[in-house]
Amino acid sequence: MNLHTLKAALATPEIIVGFMACLILVAPLYMRRETGIRLAYALSILTLVLAAAHIAMHFSSGPVAAFNNMFIDDPMSDMLKIAICLVSAGAFIYSRRYNQDRNLDKAEYYVLGLFGVMGMMVMASANHLLTLYLGLELMSLCLYAMIAFYRDDRLAVESAMKYFVLGALASSILLYGMSLLYGLTGSLELSTIRGALAGTANDNVVVALAVVFIVVALAFKLGAVPFHMWVPDVYQGAPTSTTAFVGAAPKIAAFAITARLLIGGLEDLHGMWQQMLIIIALLSIVTGNVIAIAQSNLKRMLAYSTISHMGFFLCGILAGTNAGYSAALFYVIVYATMSLAAFGVILHLADKGHESDRLDDLKGLSRRSPWTAFLLLILMFSMAGVPPTVGFFAKFSVIQALVNAGLVWVAAVAVVFAVVGAFYYLRIIKLAYFDPPESDLRVPDRVGAGTVLTVNVLLIVAILPWIGSLLALCADAIRQFAV
Amino acid sequence: MQSTLLSILIWLPILAGILILFTGGDERAPLARKLALGFSVAVFILSLSLWAGFDRGTAAMQFVEHGTWIETFNVHYSLGVDGISMPLILLTTALTVIVVIAGWEVIRDRVAQYMAAFMIMEGIMIGVFAALDAVLFYVLWEAMLIPMFLIIGMWGGPNRIYATIKFFLYTLLGSLLMLVAFLYLYNASGGSFSILDYHDLKLGLRAQILIFLAFFAAFAVKVPMFPVHTWLPDAHVEAPTGGSVILAAIMLKMGGYGFLRFSLPITPDASHELTWFMITLSLIAVVYIALVALVQGDMKKLIAYSSISHMGFVTLGMFVFNSQGVEGAMMQMISHGFISGALFLCVGVLYDRLHSREIDSYGGIATPMPVFAAFTVLFAMANAGLPGTSGFVGEFLVIMGSFQVNPWYAVIAALTLIFGAAYTLWMVKRVVYGRVKSEAVAALEDVSAREILFLALLAGMVLWVGIWPNPILDVMHTTIDHLLQHVSVSKLP
Repeated sequence: MNLHTLKAALATPEIIVGFMACLILVAPLYMRRETGIRLAYALSILTLVLAAAHIAMHFSSGPVAAFNNMFIDDPMSDMLKIAICLVSAGAFIYSRRYNQDRNLDKAEYYVLGLFGVMGMMVMASANHLLTLYLGLELMSLCLYAMIAFYRDDRLAVESAMKYFVLGALASSILLYGMSLLYGLTGSLELSTIRGALAGTANDNVVVALAVVFIVVALAFKLGAVPFHMWVPDVYQGAPTSTTAFVGAAPKIAAFAITARLLIGGLEDLHGMWQQMLIIIALLSIVTGNVIAIAQSNLKRMLAYSTISHMGFFLCGILAGTNAGYSAALFYVIVYATMSLAAFGVILHLADKGHESDRLDDLKGLSRRSPWTAFLLLILMFSMAGVPPTVGFFAKFSVIQALVNAGLVWVAAVAVVFAVVGAFYYLRIIKLAYFDPPESDLRVPDRVGAGTVLTVNVLLIVAILPWIGSLLALCADAIRQFAV
Repeated sequence: MQSTLLSILIWLPILAGILILFTGGDERAPLARKLALGFSVAVFILSLSLWAGFDRGTAAMQFVEHGTWIETFNVHYSLGVDGISMPLILLTTALTVIVVIAGWEVIRDRVAQYMAAFMIMEGIMIGVFAALDAVLFYVLWEAMLIPMFLIIGMWGGPNRIYATIKFFLYTLLGSLLMLVAFLYLYNASGGSFSILDYHDLKLGLRAQILIFLAFFAAFAVKVPMFPVHTWLPDAHVEAPTGGSVILAAIMLKMGGYGFLRFSLPITPDASHELTWFMITLSLIAVVYIALVALVQGDMKKLIAYSSISHMGFVTLGMFVFNSQGVEGAMMQMISHGFISGALFLCVGVLYDRLHSREIDSYGGIATPMPVFAAFTVLFAMANAGLPGTSGFVGEFLVIMGSFQVNPWYAVIAALTLIFGAAYTLWMVKRVVYGRVKSEAVAALEDVSAREILFLALLAGMVLWVGIWPNPILDVMHTTIDHLLQHVSVSKLP
């Protein structure tokens, strides 16, 4: 057996990222501190962009398995990986100045980030429970460390601890579910599991137990209600730069693991997990949107908004049709882009000794920095799902899939609470546009990150004429994946 | 060859708005104003070619454009106008020019953003009237809320935040039900979002009634009809003058347009079934809201309630299902666009001088402001439905149409001629005539050349439509006949 028979070339992007992470870990040790960090920053952005470009150039035309069926390269994994790489690169760019101001700018930050990205990419391509778990743990461990990176900050350390304990618990629940699946089917390979479980009766208790464990673990990782407790604390406690990272790419990875497990492995048990997901998704949408209204901290508010968005995303999955899955895929990519931009705005406004993460810090933003306020405006309308932003089309495709699948009442609840959610997004706009400035805090001038942020946000509107192609791409990816 | 006129009419103002945004801060406000005026006039002139090139002999869609937008959902970028939408597009382009002129000196804060908001809104509103694809329509319909939300919130009165959030959420909730109806129709039609396809779709009565009610939620909020009108007085009172004008003159018309484009042709049987419901609500609006208007102390609120009452006429005319009624409803919409716009501008003129909208603060302004008083009296008369003004044509046609169905409808509706005259003329009496109320009022300056310009333009329109409405009736006649014929055929499977 050699690399060729393993078709290791399919994993080139992962290999690039992994290799560069090792290089960045070592190289700065031989340089002056400042130079080393600058190099680490530049190299990690370069790595991510290169990996994305490599995937785009070798975009899969159909599923090909590698590493003895443990790894699969299909259009869906390629799409997810491109999104993961670009979104993470964006998070690095936005965080640079923030980290410098707080003495968090260390080469290891990028190393951890890159390893995390590698873990997410492995998850996207996993075709085997072991690979899936490996990717998940690689990502999670890096995230714990990145949250704790602000070690002088009590809240950051506390939230890292909380995340670690709960994350480990979720991982163990997932492992338990996986081991049950192994016991039932004698295989860890997703396609074999799928074949072995086909035709299982819906009242098979052991299978149901396995599904429950897996759904619970997924809900934990996604931060869906009632397993969401860690989300607000982590979002608020972590340094904003890390929150930007945690809030974006890992959501795409969460789609990957959900899709691989529920659609790839357990689709025939759809009737079983649909019931659970309906409850989880609706609880998330309701709780997330309602509690977000009561928040005074912007990061915490966005955390609750994440919870509701995850509920929406699960609505696409639970529809159980290809249209639903591709809606969920589209939703999660759109959401990751919006979430990244939202934290990008907070990072843009933050300054030395000033976090800018209270809602009141946004007061009068349109007078202090009209352009940032305008970007925030587009972003909030998009998050609320108001046309003509891409956020509307994401919600639209999910609702459409639900109605098609005959789940009209689920769609109705989701829509009504989307209106409730619109309120707190509107409040942000109100603060930025309608209220007079409370302080004369200067909005720092950062041309580089500002430009990236502008591109990031304007994409939300500018993509509209081509949104058809993007949706078609998602539909095609799902068609090739869900047999 | 495919015409691109409608696309130009939609996108030119939007791009102009973005350009104006880039003029930056208030030190370059004059440039922003000039750009806005230039582009709005250009769009208006372009829109006249719609009028000129319009074929009055056909009910089919004209100036049609078609392109694929989202293939996965079979969504198309398709545009077209008929005799119902074309006059409303002209109304939009004409009033945008007036709003730009009206905001010329009055708006001093964030001028570029103010002008840009109106230009972008103009493009979106034209798009709403021209869209022939349900998703495109929905996207534009909702997108329209964003600039209006900002206009009320940024340049509005003291209670603007409450008003604008109420306006936004109210309308959003109503429209979402329309979206659900579209999704249902998409499935029922086998995967089409084309509005014209829906017109020929067979539907059972139960489905029709549910769809009708979903559309009702969206359009009745917009019109607004009696129980869901409460957002309007708040929004009107707090909005800056320009915002009130667009809100009353065009946005309210979208509700009426929605009934004609969606409710009647897609669910004709449900429309007949629920006629009693619609007519009852319309008559309540006509009479009860007119009485509410009578007791208002705030001029803007009074005009807002008067709008609701007049829009009751519009919905009444639509649901009597004869050509007088529907044409009257259309005329009423157009005429109300000019009159309510003019009245809001009149209040704006006073407010700019004395910073009060209370009727009590004024009295005897005919002495210091004779020219202004003349205009105000003209528009007030038109609002009361005086023959010779545009207000008369629509009301007369609607009353005639409803008389054919049930004389009692006509009798109740005609009450508004009394109440309308009562609240408008009583306001005029207290504001314009009588003793000069105070020294501040005595010191008021009469209208400037700029103010005379927009008031005279509107006065001209009001008189033209009132004396010689035929050109407008001609444009819509064929379309409305076709619509009525379509509605009289049952769509039950």
